[in-house]
Amino acid sequence: MIGKQILYLLVFPGLLFTCVLGLLIGWLDRKVSASFQFRVGPPIFQNFNDIFKLLGKEVILIKDTNITVFALAPIAAFSVMVFLSMSIGLVLFYGLGFGGDIIVMMYLFMFFSVAIIIGGSASGNVLSSLGAGREIKLLLADELAFILICLIPIIKSGYLLGLNEIVIAQSDGAFIGSISGFIGFLVGLLCIQAKMTLPPFHIPEAETELAEGPLMEYSGPLLALWKICQHMMWVIFPFFLIILFFGGFNLVGIGILWAILKYVLIIVLMIIIKNTNPRIQIDTALKFFWRYASPLALIGIILAVLGV
Amino acid sequence: MGWYNKRLAKSLWVFHVSGSPCNNCDIEILDLLTPKYDVERLGIKLVGSVRQADVLLVTGVFNNKVAPKIKKLYEQAPKPVFVVAVGTCPASGCTFKDSYNTVEKREDVIPIDMYIPGCPPKPEAMIEAVAKLIGVLNG
Ligand code: SF4
Repeated sequence: MIGKQILYLLVFPGLLFTCVLGLLIGWLDRKVSASFQFRVGPPIFQNFNDIFKLLGKEVILIKDTNITVFALAPIAAFSVMVFLSMSIGLVLFYGLGFGGDIIVMMYLFMFFSVAIIIGGSASGNVLSSLGAGREIKLLLADELAFILICLIPIIKSGYLLGLNEIVIAQSDGAFIGSISGFIGFLVGLLCIQAKMTLPPFHIPEAETELAEGPLMEYSGPLLALWKICQHMMWVIFPFFLIILFFGGFNLVGIGILWAILKYVLIIVLMIIIKNTNPRIQIDTALKFFWRYASPLALIGIILAVLGV
Repeated sequence: MGWYNKRLAKSLWVFHVSGSPCNNCDIEILDLLTPKYDVERLGIKLVGSVRQADVLLVTGVFNNKVAPKIKKLYEQAPKPVFVVAVGTCPASGCTFKDSYNTVEKREDVIPIDMYIPGCPPKPEAMIEAVAKLIGVLNG
């Protein structure tokens, strides 16, 4: 029994599966971005090489900073990511979930940003702490809209809080087919773009002026942990959207093809948004989420209550 | 170590150290990183922080003012790190060789693994140099 749970956590659908898929999707992202710019792009195992290389390099800890917090932040983020990947994968592939897990998910999704903020401010670098400050503002911006869109499937499924109950509620038609579901998906896509700090919301790590921002002082294996977390999010967030709005996976026969199509659709949309938008300012991001995205999500909730 | 070196050879992240050049070499380095030459297919990426660098691209002649800073940057980079000197400046001093504040022996400041001559070198020459470095790493 315990052995099975460890297998869930470490192999499938937890750590190993999510890492490998995430790194491959990271390659897909780089390759598609390269073809947007008429380049060839990196080879398929580029991300694996990057990670293995980082794992073998020296870790530099800075003397007059809080070394414990500095080193523990990526480890904490990584373990939360592994837990998230396991619980979302269990819902998707095995239909296992527990009573209130959507609320736990909403908390845990925030954790990566919190870890970035803690790690960035612990490094004692001016640019890092600036990046951490920007991350806080971005979190304030996207969190409201994200929670609002999480409420839409809850309302539409008849006030159920379990993720697998939401999937079962969609067995006769996914929520994306309704107007409120579509609005929720649209806003959700932008929110995860901001949560993953992808362009146009890569404000915290702004390479040009902040030089990687909060990750600036990290090197070697600790940086590798951050990079793995960022790649795992390429799997976790699209899977979460699939649970909420696409009715999960139905892994028999033609359903496997549908499952892959759903995932690829979300990935492609994210890559297109990423490649066609320049970075926006932090106040524009706040304005965008508070003035447009959150009211839109609120309209979605009202429509969901009305049953549209 | 052979296996690790092969991984390292496939993912060299470069950091640009500008040690008082005439700025022409820096422009050529930026040219190198444009889509036309597409060094990402070799796994090369420009990083903004020296803590993540595997290769330091050093341009310009070292004078008394920047030499300590270059040394500091080198010490901040996580090992193993390689230093590639871009241009004739770090190789021989170029037009600044008789200047009053030029450091006599650049090898005393930081160990330089590779020189790319040219004033400024073409991006093709830099790619060739990096390919040679990859060849060395692969044994
Ligand atoms: S090598 Fe030539 S082009 Fe490069 S920095 Fe020196 S003088 Fe300028």
